[in-house]
Amino acid sequence: MSLDTVSLSGRKKEVSNKKMTFWESLYLVAIAKGLVITIRHLFKRKVTIKYPEQKREFSPVYRGQHMLMRDDEGRERCTACGLCALSCPAEAITMKAEERKPEEKHLYREEKYASIYEINMLRCIFCGLCEEACPKQAIYLTKSKVIVKSNSNREDFIYGKDKLVMPLEMAIQNTNQNKAS
Amino acid sequence: MESTIIIEKSVIIIAVFALTMLMAMYSTLAERKIAAWLQDRVGPNRAGKGGILQPLADGLKLFSKEEFLPNTPNKFLFVIGPAISMSMALITSAVIPWGDKLHLFGRDIILQATDIDVAMLFIFGVLSVSVYGIMIGGWASNNKFSLMSAMRAGSQMISYEVAMGLAIIALVMMSGTLSLREIAAQQSGMNWNIFYQPLGFLIFLVCSFAETNRTPFDLAECEAELIGGYHTEYSSMKMGFYLFAEYASMFISSTILAVLYFGAYNYPGMDWAVENWGVNIANVIGMVVLFAKICFFIFFYMWIRWTIPRFRYDQLMNLGWKMLIPLAIVNIVITGAVILLFQ
Repeated sequence: MSLDTVSLSGRKKEVSNKKMTFWESLYLVAIAKGLVITIRHLFKRKVTIKYPEQKREFSPVYRGQHMLMRDDEGRERCTACGLCALSCPAEAITMKAEERKPEEKHLYREEKYASIYEINMLRCIFCGLCEEACPKQAIYLTKSKVIVKSNSNREDFIYGKDKLVMPLEMAIQNTNQNKAS
Repeated sequence: MESTIIIEKSVIIIAVFALTMLMAMYSTLAERKIAAWLQDRVGPNRAGKGGILQPLADGLKLFSKEEFLPNTPNKFLFVIGPAISMSMALITSAVIPWGDKLHLFGRDIILQATDIDVAMLFIFGVLSVSVYGIMIGGWASNNKFSLMSAMRAGSQMISYEVAMGLAIIALVMMSGTLSLREIAAQQSGMNWNIFYQPLGFLIFLVCSFAETNRTPFDLAECEAELIGGYHTEYSSMKMGFYLFAEYASMFISSTILAVLYFGAYNYPGMDWAVENWGVNIANVIGMVVLFAKICFFIFFYMWIRWTIPRFRYDQLMNLGWKMLIPLAIVNIVITGAVILLFQ
């Protein structure tokens, strides 16, 4: 047996280059077959997700917009150690640390906190290394379930604490859930 | 001439013109929608409900584009090219019978802009002239790709006109008239010509694809080889005119197909409707029926476009000269023999 005739997949087809007959060269039968195939697609269900109105369900490990977490008492977990910024391969994260005042104990968990925390979403590659580096479990990409929105202005892609910190309602909800369970 | 006739005819002409424009406009949307559906997509759906305002948005976009003239000595020809394409696409609608007649204000109104007895010859004449729109546009662009595209379009249209004419001769032998009105009237009831001339219909259909420069015969716009083809150098509404003319001529050739082979405005039970419901209602239904047939053919054009890949140039010429013309001649011989037998 020569190599030409071996078919490991079982789907090998001999290509024939024979001359077409008169009726074949009118292409009528072939065209009719093609038309049947395309008309079947006309009635198929469309798989398109109409994005702003419909949203695709994210997988549990989908990495979207970052979220700065709060603990069970609603205090920000971040202590501005800078490990996330250090680990960031795209250098997207900047922050400024500040000392917590005694009357701010209910706002920040640790004695030092980030007064400014900014992520440049144009630089971010959503790799999740900041999440891995964080010793306080303060930053997550999987929790917000939000895609970073497009914009026509570069300045608007620098997200500050106003967009990144977990909303209070969500923190309250989480606390109630934890108490119940 | 009576002033009433002038008013009557101008109303019909304006109505037909508006109808053609509207159909051409919404054919562009239909094309995009059908293309999307055949490819399991949704298609344009943002402008208005379900994309209903998309043609207006497209038109607005074309209007607001820069009007560019290439550095060519033939500025007059450059401008006249799209104008010829457009006017030739529209002028054919003058001889098409859109319905039998209406009885309004105590007089019979014939639903046709003009009933000339050589309508078929007129259509062929206009078709032959319409090749100049593309030829002149491609020539005046002063661009070798445009010129090559124009030459392709020219030779293609001329070669397919031969087969088309031969297919029509068989039909004319059968009906014994060149007037579209009489051909339409002969097909009353279910006596549609498609049942007597299936081969002729097939040849005519294939040739009308070639005449309107639609896929699979759109070699003139072959992007891979010729950039945009004959309208590479055109911009703004002159470009829009070329695109629009394609859809207008698609509408007109769908109409001709419906009138010549699919019984025009006739539908089964039309005589009964005339007796029981009156002339007006029966003929309004007839117009709707003709319109439905036209829409089917427009859909068919698009269906074909998104099914079949473009022919190679030698395949195109082989199909035209070696297949369709011999078949058309055979069709004439058979038709003649059958007519002799039944005399």
